[in-house]
Amino acid sequence: MNFVIPSFAPAIPEITLLILASLILVADTFWSKRFQNATYYATQASLLVAGYLVLSSFSVEQVFTFNDSFVRDSFADVLKLFTVAITLGIFLFAREYLVQHRFMSGEFFVLGLFGVLGMFVMISANNFITMYLGLEIMSLAMYAMIALRKYDGVAVEAGMKYFVLGALATGMLLYGFSMIYGATGTITFPEMKAVIASGEADGIVLAFGVVFVVIGLAFKMGAVPFHMWMPDVYHGSPTAVTLYLGTAPKLAGFAMVYRLLYEAMPGLVGDWQQLIIIISILSMVIGSIVAIAQDNLKRMLAYSGIGHVGFLLLGVIAATDDGFSAAMFFIIVYAITGVAGFGMITALSRTGFEFDRVADFKGLNAKNPWLALMMLIVMFSMAGIPPFVGFWAKIVVIEEVVKAGFTWIAVIAVITAVISAFYYLRVVKSMYFDKSEIQGPVEIISPALHWGVSFVAILLLALGLLPGSLIDLCYLSI
Amino acid sequence: MIALSDYLLFGAVLFMISMAGIFLNRKNVIVLLMSIELLLLAVNTNLVAFSHYLNDVTGQIFVFFILTVAAAEAAIGLAIIVLVFRNRKSINVDDLDSLKG
Amino acid sequence: MLHEILTVILLAPLVGAMIAGLFGRQIGRAGAHYSTIAGVAISAVLSFYVFWLYVFQGATEYNAALYTWMVSDGINFQIGFMIDKLSATMMLVVTFVSLMVHIYTIGYMDHDEDYSHDNPYYQRFFSYISLFTFSMLSLVMANNFLQLFFGWEAVGLVSYLLIGFYMKRESAIQANLKAFLVNRVGDFGFILGIAVVFVYFGTMDYKEFFAQLTTQKDVMIEIIPGVEWSMITVMLILLFIGAMGKSAQMPLHVWLPESMEGPTPISALIHAATMVTAGIFMVARLSPAYELSEVALSVVLITGALTAFLMGLLGLIQNDIKRVVAYSTLSQLGYMTAALGASAYAAGMFHVLTHAFFKALLFLAAGSVIIAMHHIQDIRQMGGLKKYMPITYWSMLIGSLALIGFPGFSGFFSKDSILLSLQATDRFGADFAFILLMMGVFVTAFYSFRMFFIVFHGEESEYVKTHKIKESPLVVTIPLILLAIPALLMGLPMIEPMLNGSYFAEAIVIKPENDTMMWVYNNYFHGALDMIIHSFVTLPVILALSGVALAWFMYIKQPNIPGKLKQMCPRGHYVLENAYGFDRLNEIVFVNGTRKLGQFFTRWVDVKLIDTGMVTNTFMAIAHSANGLRRTQTGYMYHYAFVMIFGLLGMLIWVLW
Repeated sequence: MNFVIPSFAPAIPEITLLILASLILVADTFWSKRFQNATYYATQASLLVAGYLVLSSFSVEQVFTFNDSFVRDSFADVLKLFTVAITLGIFLFAREYLVQHRFMSGEFFVLGLFGVLGMFVMISANNFITMYLGLEIMSLAMYAMIALRKYDGVAVEAGMKYFVLGALATGMLLYGFSMIYGATGTITFPEMKAVIASGEADGIVLAFGVVFVVIGLAFKMGAVPFHMWMPDVYHGSPTAVTLYLGTAPKLAGFAMVYRLLYEAMPGLVGDWQQLIIIISILSMVIGSIVAIAQDNLKRMLAYSGIGHVGFLLLGVIAATDDGFSAAMFFIIVYAITGVAGFGMITALSRTGFEFDRVADFKGLNAKNPWLALMMLIVMFSMAGIPPFVGFWAKIVVIEEVVKAGFTWIAVIAVITAVISAFYYLRVVKSMYFDKSEIQGPVEIISPALHWGVSFVAILLLALGLLPGSLIDLCYLSI
Repeated sequence: MIALSDYLLFGAVLFMISMAGIFLNRKNVIVLLMSIELLLLAVNTNLVAFSHYLNDVTGQIFVFFILTVAAAEAAIGLAIIVLVFRNRKSINVDDLDSLKG
Repeated sequence: MLHEILTVILLAPLVGAMIAGLFGRQIGRAGAHYSTIAGVAISAVLSFYVFWLYVFQGATEYNAALYTWMVSDGINFQIGFMIDKLSATMMLVVTFVSLMVHIYTIGYMDHDEDYSHDNPYYQRFFSYISLFTFSMLSLVMANNFLQLFFGWEAVGLVSYLLIGFYMKRESAIQANLKAFLVNRVGDFGFILGIAVVFVYFGTMDYKEFFAQLTTQKDVMIEIIPGVEWSMITVMLILLFIGAMGKSAQMPLHVWLPESMEGPTPISALIHAATMVTAGIFMVARLSPAYELSEVALSVVLITGALTAFLMGLLGLIQNDIKRVVAYSTLSQLGYMTAALGASAYAAGMFHVLTHAFFKALLFLAAGSVIIAMHHIQDIRQMGGLKKYMPITYWSMLIGSLALIGFPGFSGFFSKDSILLSLQATDRFGADFAFILLMMGVFVTAFYSFRMFFIVFHGEESEYVKTHKIKESPLVVTIPLILLAIPALLMGLPMIEPMLNGSYFAEAIVIKPENDTMMWVYNNYFHGALDMIIHSFVTLPVILALSGVALAWFMYIKQPNIPGKLKQMCPRGHYVLENAYGFDRLNEIVFVNGTRKLGQFFTRWVDVKLIDTGMVTNTFMAIAHSANGLRRTQTGYMYHYAFVMIFGLLGMLIWVLW
C-alpha cells in the first residue's frame, strides 16, 4: 500500500481555523478574568482570517482532496463566506448580551468558533465520514453552548432536549448512511452517484436509506414532523445562543441537503422528492399556524423558522440546479434576516430582562421610533413584503417550484405566507398602536449594537432594492 | 454461515430496542443516553456487516469514527445531565417539561 | 453623462425632502429651507441644461432604464427616463416654478400665524413641496406606464397632504378628503386604462406600446355583450378619465376650488402650474395613440370646451381672491384640453407652459396680497392696494394681461393658437367648442379684471384704512419678478416653432390630415409681430378688451351695477353661486347613493359575509388549530421522539409501499 501525502491547499481555511480555535481554547484557560475580551477579539480575528483565506482561494473549479473526502468549489466558498460574515455579526451581538447577563465567558466564543469549523467541514464534505464529522463538531459545540448558562434551568433543559433528540436524529442519519453504503459499496458522493445511475444497487435498500437520510436532514433543518425540538430550544436558550443556532447552522444544513440529495443521490430523486414535498408542506402549514398562538417572540421566530424551512425545501423539490440556487439564495437571506430578528432581541435585552415577549415590543414606536422602524423592516422582510429582500427570497423559490410543474405546492406556499403575515404584522401593530408596558426608556445601550441592528435591517432593504448580484452569485455558484 | 441479512436484522432489532428505550422510558435520563449508544451500535453492526460482505474496509473505518464521536457525545451528554440534576435535583425525563407550547 | 445628470435631477429634490422631513427638528427652519432649495436648485439648473441640450442643440431622444426592480412574465418593473423635447420642457417648468415657490415660501410661511414656532410644520411644508417636485419629475420623465402611475399617485398624495396642511381647520380636512375622493374616481379610470394597455399590449413601456399601435388599432372589444367598441378608444377614454380627475375637467373638477384651503404657495405650484397639467401632459405624451381615435379626441374636445366656458362663468361671482384665480385655472385647463381634442397637442402644451408661469405669478401675487392683508382673502375687504404694493400690483397686472391674452403677452400666443387650431378642425363638436371658447375669452377678461380692479383700484375699504398695509419682503417679491419675465415675454420667440411643429418635433405625433396647427401656420401666420398687430382687429382680442372695459365700467365707474344685476336675475346668480349644483348633485346622487350602497355592503356583505363569514371564521379556525397544534408540543421529550419515530414509520411506509 502506497501512501501519498494529500494536498492540503483546498482545506487551508479549515486547518487554520482548527489551529486558531485550539490555540484560543488553550489561551482562554490561562487568560485571567481581566482579559476576557481578548478571547472575543481573538475569535473575531480568527473568523476574519478564515474568511480571508476562503476569499483568497476563491475559484470556480472543483478541487478534491484527502482521498476524495473533501471538496472545495464555488458553492462551498460562497456559503463559507456568508457563514463567516454572519458569525461575525452574531459574536458582535452576543458579547454585549453576555456582559449584560453576567455570564461572559470565553467558552461561548471558542465553542462558536468550533461550530464554525464544523460548518465549514460540512459544507465541504464529499463523503459520509466527513459529513458526519462536520455535523458532530457543529452539534457538540451547540449542545454545550445552549447549556452554557449553568444555573439557568430552562436553558439546561433546552440543552438536554436538543442533545437527546439531536443524537437520535444523528443516529437515524447514520443508519441511513449505513444502508446506502451497503447498497452502493461506497461512501464518496460522486462515486455513489455513478453507482446509483448504473442501476446496480438494490433499490429497496437504497429507498430505506434515503428515508433515514431525509429524516436526519429534516431534523437538522427543523422541518415538520422533526421540528419539535426547535421551539423549545430557541425559547430556552439564552438569546445570544438562539441567535447563533437560528442562523449560521442553517447554511451548513442547506449544504448538507445539497451534497447528500443532489450531489450524491440525484438518481433517487423519485424517492426523496415525494418525502420532501410532504415535509415542505407540513412545515409551511405548521410553521405559519402555530406561530400565531405564540406570545414569546423567540418561540414565534422558531415557528417562523419552521415555516421558512418549508419554503427553502420548495427549491429542493424542484431538484434542478436553478432550484437549489434559489434555495441557496433563500437560506442566505433567511440567515441574514435571522441575525436581524434575533439580533434585535439580543440587543434590546438587558440585565435581568430578556425582552423576548411580543408584549415587550408594545409601544416601541413611541419610545424609540428608529428601533421600531428597524424592527418593522425585519418583520416585513420575514413576511415577504416587497421591496424587502424576504420578498425576493420567497418569490425565487416559488418560481422554481412552479417551473418544476408543482403549481399546487406554490399555491399552498402563498396561502401559508399570507397566514404567516398575520403574526409578523401583529408585532408591527403592537409596536405602533399599543401602549408600552415598560417603565423608562427602551434603547440599545451599546452604540455598536445600535448601528449593527440598523445596518442589518437596512441591508434587508438594500438587498431588496438591488437583489440582482446576490441572486446571480447563487445561480452561478451551483 | 451467517448471512448478511441476519446481521442487518440484528442491527434493525438493536435500532428498534433503542427507539423503544427513548420513547417508552419516562424516568431516567441516563437510560436515554444508553439508548443512543445502542442506536449507534446498531449502525456500527450494519456498517461492519456491509464492510465484510462488500470486501471493503471503508465501513470499518467509519465505525472507528463513530465510536470516537460517540465517546465525545456521551461526555457532553453526561455533563448536561449533571447540570440538569444541579438545577432540578432530579434527572427524571418527566420533569423536563417547563418548555412547551 | 446625460444619464447621471438625469438621475441627479430626479433625486436631488427627494434628498432635500428626506433631509427636511426626517431631520427637520435637528436642522431647524433655516436648515430645512436651505437643504430643499439646494436640492431643487440643482434640479432646476441641470434641467435648464437638459432643456438647452434638447431644444437648442436638438439632442436625440433618450430612452433608458435607471433601475430595473424586477422582470416578471416579460413585464419590466423599472424606473426609466424618456427624455425628449416634451419632457425636457416640462422638467424645466416644474423645477423652475418649484424653485420660485420654494423661495417664496420662506416669506409666506414666516407670516403664517396659525402655527406656533416650536412645531416643525415649517420643515414639514418644505419637505412636502420638495417631495412633490420629485414626484412630478418622475411623472414627466417616465418611460413607462408604471412609473407614470407612480408619479401620478405620488403627486396626488402630496397634494392631499398639502391641501390639508392646516390640519386644525375643518374645512381644510374636508377639502383634502374631497380632492382625494374625486381623484380616486379619475384614478379608477386611469388604472383601468393602464390595465387595458397591459392586457392588449403586454408591455408597460411607452416605446414598445407605440410600436404595437399600428397592429392593434383595429382590435374590437365587447364590454356589453353584442356591442363592439374599438379597444383603442376605450383605452384612451379610460386614460382620459384619469386626466379629467387630475386636470380637473368637468365633472371631476369639484375638488380644485376647494383645494384653495391649502397654503397659497401650494396653490401656485400644485394646483395651477404643475400637477393639474399632468393630465394634459399625459395626453400629449400619448399623442400617437390619441391620433388613432376620432371618438376619444371628440370627447376630449367637448369636455375641455365645456369646462373652459362654464368654469369661467363661475369666476364672475367669487369673492375669495384665491377662488377667482382657481376658477380661472379650471377654465384655462379647459382650453388646454380642448386644444388636445383638436389634435393641437403642441398648442395645448404651449398653453401649459405659458399658463404655468402666469398662473404661478397670479397665485403668488395673490399670496402677497394675502400676506399684506394679514390672511384676509375676501376681495370686498380690499381695494386701493395699488399705492401700498407696487411690485405686487405690476406683477398681478402682467399676470392678468397674460391670462386674458392681451396681444404680445405669453398667454396671447398660446391662447390664439388654440383658438385658430379649433377653427381648422372639422372634428365632431369643434364648432360648438369654438363658440364656447370664444365666449370664454370674454368671461375670462371680465372676471380677471373685476378682481384686479376691486383689489387694487376702487375705494379703500375700512380694513385697508385702519390697518397698515405694506409691500411684502424680498423673498416674496423676487419670485414674482422672476416669474413675471417669462409670463410677459416667453410667447414671442416660441410661437413660430410651436405652430410649425418644429418645437416638439418627433415628441408629438400627429396624423398629417389632423395637423391643425400646421394649417394655421400655413394660412394665418406671417411672423410673431405681425400676429400681434393683426390681432387687434380679430375677435378674441376685441372680446378680451371689451371684457376688461366692462369690468372697469361695472366696478370702478358705476360700482352699483353689480348689485342691481344680482337683484334683476336672482336665479342666474343662484345657479352660479351653487356652481351649477355639481356639489348638490354629488351630494344627492353619489354621496347619498354611495352611502346607501355602502351601508348595504357594510351590513350584509362586509359584516356578515366577509367579516363574520370569511375573515372571523377563517381566523377562528386558524386560531383554534393553532391552539390545538400548540398543545401537541407537550414539552415531554418522549413525545417529541415519538413524533419523530412516527414520522419515520410513515415515511418508510410511503416510500416502500
